Amino acid sequence: MSEQPSLDKPSDAPEPTPSAAPAGDRKPLLEVDNVTLRFGGVVALNQVNFTLYEGEILGLIGPNGAGKTTCFNAMTGVYTPTEGAIRFQGGKISGQQRFKITKMGIARTFQNIRLFPEMTALENIQVGADAHHRTSVPGALLRLPRHRREEKDGLKLAHDLLELVGIGGTEHEAARNLPYGSQRRLEIARALATRPKLLCLDEPAAGFNPAEKQDLMQLIKKIRDTGVTVLLIEHDMRLVMGVTDRIVVLEFGRKIAEGSPAEVAADPKVHAAYLGVPADAA
Amino acid sequence: MSALRERLRISNLPKPARYSLGALGLVFLFLLPNKWFYEYLGIPLGFAYIPLYTTKNDMASVLFICTWIILLSLGLNVVVGYAGLLDLGFFGFFAVGAYVVALLTSPESKLLTEYNWLESPWPWLVAVPIGIALSLLAGVLLGWPTLRLRGDYLAIVTLGFAEMIRIVAKQQDWILNGDRGIPEVGHPPGSVGGEPLFSFDAKPYYWLALCVIILAVFLIRNLVRSRVGRAWVAIREDEDAAELMGVPTFRFKLWAFAIGAAVGGLSGTLWAGQANFVNSTTFSLENSILVLSAVLLGGAGNIAGAILGGFLVIYIPEWLRSVGDVFGLPETVTVGGSTYDISPTSLRFAIFGIVLIVVMIFRPQGLWPNRRRAAEIQHRKKEVAVGE
Ligand SMILES: Nc1ncnc2c1ncn2[C@@H]1O[C@H](COP(=O)(O)OP(=O)(O)O)[C@@H](O)[C@H]1O
Ligand SMILES: [Mg+2]
Repeated sequence: MSEQPSLDKPSDAPEPTPSAAPAGDRKPLLEVDNVTLRFGGVVALNQVNFTLYEGEILGLIGPNGAGKTTCFNAMTGVYTPTEGAIRFQGGKISGQQRFKITKMGIARTFQNIRLFPEMTALENIQVGADAHHRTSVPGALLRLPRHRREEKDGLKLAHDLLELVGIGGTEHEAARNLPYGSQRRLEIARALATRPKLLCLDEPAAGFNPAEKQDLMQLIKKIRDTGVTVLLIEHDMRLVMGVTDRIVVLEFGRKIAEGSPAEVAADPKVHAAYLGVPADAA
Repeated sequence: MSALRERLRISNLPKPARYSLGALGLVFLFLLPNKWFYEYLGIPLGFAYIPLYTTKNDMASVLFICTWIILLSLGLNVVVGYAGLLDLGFFGFFAVGAYVVALLTSPESKLLTEYNWLESPWPWLVAVPIGIALSLLAGVLLGWPTLRLRGDYLAIVTLGFAEMIRIVAKQQDWILNGDRGIPEVGHPPGSVGGEPLFSFDAKPYYWLALCVIILAVFLIRNLVRSRVGRAWVAIREDEDAAELMGVPTFRFKLWAFAIGAAVGGLSGTLWAGQANFVNSTTFSLENSILVLSAVLLGGAGNIAGAILGGFLVIYIPEWLRSVGDVFGLPETVTVGGSTYDISPTSLRFAIFGIVLIVVMIFRPQGLWPNRRRAAEIQHRKKEVAVGE
């Protein structure tokens, strides 16, 4: 059903669950347009181009140091590209304040977990939920109705998200005391609490065993099915093949391949980059 | 043991018990400065002074100092304890509040005598909101350029701000009268049987300040338990992650700073009313440091800790003056022909300093810390150890 052209759909209408539809039929959500990013002499991103379409799961892969995390950082406002631009729903976001980018609908997790360690699991998610809350100091001082309503909504959302990512029951644990895998899941819940249109996951399965990885991939699909577009950085090629609609491959800051998992898996340049990965890995 | 302690936590008591405990505590606090209260309890006064009452110093005055210092540490606790910003010049805001009240309510104010901006002195009650508003404004103006920067800039700038106010107040003559200061500052309104309620007796001021503290605690608690408090803790724990999760970090840091400044200014307005005379000597750097040590001693990031700390940093040194009377200690000692003054009065700050150091060594998180902040400090210690 997603094969039909749907170009004049309003941008915030929920996307029907897509399969690996031809990209040209869908609305672009985020465009990375000729982005170059230098750190002194290091060129971390070199004229990178790709487009993310609404409702898809895009894999961003590449060997260590390829520039994947840097790409996330450019997309979420941590760094401003040296050249080129990043557009989200048609508007330029490079150079915007970071919390505003989050409010526009891009949320992320971190390769090295960056939870608020002494806050409880619930509070961590509540901070994310607050991104769209409008209560400020006067409202909170006097406990005005909007404040109480937003607190209630945020708390409910936090409980729901804990269940969604599969760590219900840890509400009042300090994030620091959660097991590693739960921390990774909590980061996803916190990011989802900001109600993103695009969720960026930076190696969410790092350090997981194969069974945990499979669970996580199911979760990612579930998240996509709620209408969130997902950009997934992952080291494990095999894993990415199973869950993504399309894949972009980076090496030394350059995009060396882009396409469906099958196309990318057959690309000799990708094999050269991933030395040692056999051709039938997917 | 710990289960019992958990059950005895005040927050775990049923509501009626909690409220009556609170009410009892309040009655106790309001009775505290009255000598007859101790006599009624059968606690002997006279030669064998009871350990609580300060003998070398009017108890009500000591308690009033405690209250305005507690207000200051409540304000600074928002800045340092919750938002994690280091403010070394907190007394600057106190000075703003005090001077505003002095200038607006004193008949000797140059606003009246020289510049004719005012027809007559304004009532204290009208000057107070203006003092608070201007302290808040000072906080915003100071925070606006500095809170965008990370690191120690804020500490330096706030330090400079407080010193600037003090030095300007001391040196120039055009409005703040230098060291001659501003006398006859207005008192709060109210009278009992024809006598004004607020004059030089510290007791009514203590009661008033107690009410103000209760209100301040109530409001700050509302803030801490809202998205504002969560934002502050998130900023303190990981500012980058907070910003990437949609927290407008600059705005909330500025709010913390402004709220702290407003509470500091409020404390200044209360103090000016009672002191009746304002000049620059009160606003010295030591006092900013004293408030900071109150917050750290009590336990940063916890309202109860800030109150405890504010109380102890005043009460302990003042009470130490009376210790000699309690235990009958000698005032001087003669060693090898020369006489040394060892009265607790003159040694009290040395003793208090040692107490502070000992507490900070064995309880770096403070006496009554916030559980979360205590854990942060504990883990920081461990990480340092691993990093070595
Ligand atoms: N803040 C920075 N300063 C200097 N160099 C950086 C910085 N961040 C990343 N780099 C460099 O950019 C390159 C890409 O890094 P990164 O994006 O983290 O790779 P990946 O996530 O693909 O493993 C690396 O060579 C790294 O050293
Ligand atoms: Mg990386």
